[in-house]
Amino acid sequence: MVAPTPNSYRTQPDSEGHFGAYGGRYVAETLMPLVLELEAEYNRAKADPAFRAEFDYLLEHYVGRPSPLYYAERLTDAVRTDCDDAHGAEIWFKRDELNHTGAHKINNCVGQILLAIRMGKTRIIAETGAGQHGVATATVAARFGLPCVIYMGARDMERQAPNVFRMKLLGAQVIGVESGARTLKDAMNEALRDWVANVDDTFYIIGTAAGPHPYPELVRDFQSVIGTEARAQMLARTERLPDLLVAAIGGGSNAIGLFHPFLDDKDVAMLGVEAAGHGLDKQHAASLAGGAPGILHGNKTYLLQDEDGQIAEAHSISAGLDYPGIGPEHAWLKDSGRVEYTAVTDTEALTAFQLLCKTEGIIPALEPAHAIAAVVDRAKTMPRDKIVLANLCGRGDKDIFTVAEALGVEL
Amino acid sequence: MTRLATTFSANRPALIAFITAGDGDTAANLDALVAGGADIVELGMPFTDPMADGPAIQAANLRSLGAGTTTADIFALAGDFRARHPAVPLVLMGYANPMVRRGPEWLADQCQAAGVDGVICVDIPVEEDAALGPALRAAGVAVIRLATPTTDAARLPAVLEGAGGFLYYVSVAGVTGKQQAAGGAIADAVARLKAATDLPVAVGFGVRTPDQAADIARVADGVVVGSAIVELIAQHRENAPSRVEAFVASLRRAMDGARQPEEIPQ
Ligand SMILES: Cc1ncc(COP(=O)(O)O)c(C=O)c1O
Repeated sequence: MVAPTPNSYRTQPDSEGHFGAYGGRYVAETLMPLVLELEAEYNRAKADPAFRAEFDYLLEHYVGRPSPLYYAERLTDAVRTDCDDAHGAEIWFKRDELNHTGAHKINNCVGQILLAIRMGKTRIIAETGAGQHGVATATVAARFGLPCVIYMGARDMERQAPNVFRMKLLGAQVIGVESGARTLKDAMNEALRDWVANVDDTFYIIGTAAGPHPYPELVRDFQSVIGTEARAQMLARTERLPDLLVAAIGGGSNAIGLFHPFLDDKDVAMLGVEAAGHGLDKQHAASLAGGAPGILHGNKTYLLQDEDGQIAEAHSISAGLDYPGIGPEHAWLKDSGRVEYTAVTDTEALTAFQLLCKTEGIIPALEPAHAIAAVVDRAKTMPRDKIVLANLCGRGDKDIFTVAEALGVEL
Repeated sequence: MTRLATTFSANRPALIAFITAGDGDTAANLDALVAGGADIVELGMPFTDPMADGPAIQAANLRSLGAGTTTADIFALAGDFRARHPAVPLVLMGYANPMVRRGPEWLADQCQAAGVDGVICVDIPVEEDAALGPALRAAGVAVIRLATPTTDAARLPAVLEGAGGFLYYVSVAGVTGKQQAAGGAIADAVARLKAATDLPVAVGFGVRTPDQAADIARVADGVVVGSAIVELIAQHRENAPSRVEAFVASLRRAMDGARQPEEIPQ
């Protein structure tokens, strides 16, 4: 299904929250009035210069933005030793791993907590997979003095133990979720159950560009600071735009944040990287590559599911990518052909993880390690004067135990 | 008249009993609901991610799926029920994804063929009615809508648009299961809803005991009981049908004693 080429790729969603056939507001009636209220408040906030000013202020002085744009010379050299003289594009990184709390997630959390405060909400809830969104949410909740409950799959609590402790230090209550595969999807179910039971005082900070409208739109808008900065920085440094953007995709927030400001730059190609887990013919988390359209967690999008519409359990070594769905804007961008999507296995991501450590002195999170694997692959096939820009959306401190175990090292 | 309309026109408050399809001996448990005095049967379509359900129904969903229940099995259960109980209304309740997986028309056809009278889809609000509603209505299957404590007067007319069968009032903001709704608040809410629609109003979520069912029967056209029955099935497995029948009969007696026929609100 390829839709006709629109004049602009930057005008979604429509007023009902649809990105083409995707998105929407598939929530229980109890939540529907809340979702409508959030949409109305977000529209007011967008029109209020004071809201934008406070967001920008916090991003600069609390989060540490703008994040650097970095030319990864040694990684580029390493790629060039592996292909002929004509090939080996320059590899650049948007360094969102240098943000306060170590990932891009904080950009969105700052925006959403400001919305929560505008709406007079006094209690914050969130779901988390890798724990990065949970840490970022606990951080802004502490910063603004609001109580905070984080739902996290019990399996993720085991593999992301440092982040569980961080959240607790920040004053959050972390509730382990024992249902299903005990990962991100199950945490989101539990957060929705909390929200439906606490409609008066609670604001749900969703961690990725998914969920019922207006979440996919507002998360994208808050994360678009990544692409907006990167575009200006690239123009200032090289007087040109990059040729290819690459980002890892769990729900798709860091990817849409990088991509969206470039969507109407026709010569900029884009590649979203899903988690192929043990392989696309085995257990994985690549909903675009291996899923079909369906409805879950408030939106219509590609889902890993069986022929009866039961949701399949995803697998990725990266807890942040271990989700059987994807944000609806990516579903639309895939169908429209504007963005290409690929998938990288656990093993390939681990190799890229180690390569970046050794060539650049940067320990990436396992999520962007998937993007780096794809970058290395693509750069080899592109001429040397081309530029690949990848989102280094998180640092790997949280992952060292998982990586040690995968490499057979006892700590 | 449809089976649902016939049931609600009878001079007694309707007892609507919920069980999850494929959890235990569903055919026997369905028969037990009817034998105990349920007027309408609500059959839950299991889903991997029942995010509007509390622990009891979540567990029932997972037990059913764990036992290998398919959508085809659910429609076979429904069709067999219809053959055994030609007059008892049967309503499917579940989540959007299993319902729309093969397209809304497919679901509507299956409902029609199996004698399903109405469908309650938890996560298709009126805003997304196009995903399922038109196909069901075209097939003569009622789109049963939910109203909740957060559905205000301004929103209610939209919720009622395209609604059929009965209006299901979710008495508490929350998931299915344990919480109890306050009686006075329910009476007020039902009065407000009945002023806005000619559809019968049934109340559910958190109704667990004969006393609670009786209280609601005094003010509403129907009472929905789910988790308490599902818990009996979980506890008694193959011996569940007789327990289910006895429990439903206790609800029935309490409801029938709750009001005299002439008190039935018009
Ligand atoms: C560092 C990092 N990158 C990426 C992701 C995946 O989320 P998204 O696709 O929304 O960017 C996560 C999620 O936890 C993360 O922690």
